Amino acid sequence: MKSIRGRLFLILMITTGLVWLSAIGWIYLSTQAKVEKVLDARLVEAARMVSSLVASQGMDPAKAAEFHVAIAEPHPLYDRQLSCQIWAFDGTLVGRSSGAPGTPLTETDEGFSETRVHGETWRVYAVADAERGMRVMVGDNLSVRDRLVADVIRGLALPAIVALLALSGLIWFSVGRGLAPLNAMARALANRPASDLSPLTQTGSPSEIRPMVDALNGLFARVGALRQRERDFTAFAAHELKTPIAGLRTQAQIALGAGEGDVRGNALEQIVVGVDRTSRLIRQLTDLTNAENGDEAGQGETVNPGQMLELLADDIRRHKTGSVAISIAPELHETTLAADPFLFSLAARNLLENAAMHSTQGGRVRCTLHRQDDSATVMFEDDGPGIPDDELSKVRDRFFRGRNKTPMGSGLGLAIAELAMKRMGGALHIANRDEGGLRTEMEFRLSVKNDT
Amino acid sequence: MRILIVEDDEVLIDGLKVGLGLAGFTVDAVETCADAAAALHASTFDAVVLDLMLPDGSGLDVLAEMRQRDDATPVLLLTARDSVADRVSGLDAGADDYLGKPFDLDEVAARLRALTRRSTGNASAILRWKSFQLDPASMSVSDAGRPLRLSRREFSILRALMDRPGQILSKTQLEERLYGWQEDVESNTIEVHIHNLRGKLGPGRIETVRGVGYRLAESGA
Repeated sequence: MKSIRGRLFLILMITTGLVWLSAIGWIYLSTQAKVEKVLDARLVEAARMVSSLVASQGMDPAKAAEFHVAIAEPHPLYDRQLSCQIWAFDGTLVGRSSGAPGTPLTETDEGFSETRVHGETWRVYAVADAERGMRVMVGDNLSVRDRLVADVIRGLALPAIVALLALSGLIWFSVGRGLAPLNAMARALANRPASDLSPLTQTGSPSEIRPMVDALNGLFARVGALRQRERDFTAFAAHELKTPIAGLRTQAQIALGAGEGDVRGNALEQIVVGVDRTSRLIRQLTDLTNAENGDEAGQGETVNPGQMLELLADDIRRHKTGSVAISIAPELHETTLAADPFLFSLAARNLLENAAMHSTQGGRVRCTLHRQDDSATVMFEDDGPGIPDDELSKVRDRFFRGRNKTPMGSGLGLAIAELAMKRMGGALHIANRDEGGLRTEMEFRLSVKNDT
Repeated sequence: MRILIVEDDEVLIDGLKVGLGLAGFTVDAVETCADAAAALHASTFDAVVLDLMLPDGSGLDVLAEMRQRDDATPVLLLTARDSVADRVSGLDAGADDYLGKPFDLDEVAARLRALTRRSTGNASAILRWKSFQLDPASMSVSDAGRPLRLSRREFSILRALMDRPGQILSKTQLEERLYGWQEDVESNTIEVHIHNLRGKLGPGRIETVRGVGYRLAESGA
């Protein structure tokens, strides 16, 4: 059911109908009981009256039976409802009222019983007069009783149905009125341009809608913040790209103008460095966007860190001319981490590149695994200059390049690693080693993976 | 002419050093605000090329500190942030000119020449003294219309002297204007260049003020 109005209408109509139906059922049952009681009392009374007439006034029993019918003046609709028979103990029919059957209304000697005579059910009361050897039987046709009850119910149900119809119209209209604020909100939202992320007004909105307005406003605020962040990021990225491009242009101009071999050669070399660095910067910008806006981290995916690091190390060795040895501890190959492979590779690649770039010529980068009860940590150690202590708090900022930067550095590597680790539910730790150089750690929680 | 470049992109620094060097400037470069402040305290420059986004702060801080010290060295801001608002705030902070990245190398050189010209009070782009004409842009010198062939160093010395005719420049001042920090200066190189210059300009043009330095001779032919 798509429409709230239709849904509410249906619910209200069904519940109202059910309440009314059960009320009618109740009235039916209680009316039936009451009618039975009253009519039974009348049967008893009639039987006693006929019996006493026959006894005390010596009335002809045949006449007495007729008399009874006469005093119980019937309603035309319910006529012929009572039949009276007077039987002698020996089984001869002494007298009967008109319309009463010729056969005994009951086999019972005394009291109430129900019998079927000529296909109709009779409720019969019998009184025995032992002195005169006579038995008086007064019977009531049950179908007449049922008709009486049915008439009472019909009298009730008809106005109920009419009222229910009127009620349905009222309910339909009222629900529509009740939902008017919702429609007003929908109209306000529908007319909004995409750029308008201002909060909806709270004033005048009913308390039931307020949580939704609050939730919507919260969403607007989040979307607005996200959009602002993206705008800032684009502007920042554009600025960051301008500097290397300025360098490239300057070097290209020198190469064009310089006739001398040395100057030209140096300029061209610088252009190659500049292009490499700019393409790395662009790749990292893409990585950052992917890490930030990518699909939710896949559940249940696993990574073999050793295998992944081996691939990344190969790639770095191929692109880096310097001779830096990257060693990957064997236990990294023997473990499996529950992590998104793409995010893992983003974080690991940037940390590994960082370590390799900062290593001295002929240096060594070590990748090791440290397991604890509730966490597994992939550790990268280099023997480069490390990070000055006062810069440790800033190195995760985007585009921050400290004093120990490398020519290829963009100031994005650690920011990407941090973001990717957060997305995987892990943490990035950065510290200077006592022996000199930097240690970075990718810490993964081993407890049940939260699906955040 | 000695220029300080404050910029943290190595490819760009190299390009500016080489490019401006070819245009006749002596170029020193630093990468941080701290180094820039130290360099500005230690030496005098004819102009400063300043980037705004530096690893340890904003170039505007360096600029503010300079101006607070009454250091009137012309400053050319060279930055990626080149919206009108950025330009205005840069110029208001005391910069003399503004150039957005990426830029043309020749334009940087031309603007630097214009800045130094203005700071020395010369209206014309071409320096004139007696029958000599010196064009900083084309790095050419002529004597009564006859072109003279000078080396880069000789040109720089003559230019320094012609910037303020009559003013005495010490040997150290000349060295500072001629050489960057990385270059080794032999003790008698200035003398050698002056000697060669005298030979090309003719006798009596450059006067030695004993114990002080050199200046263009007021009298003489």
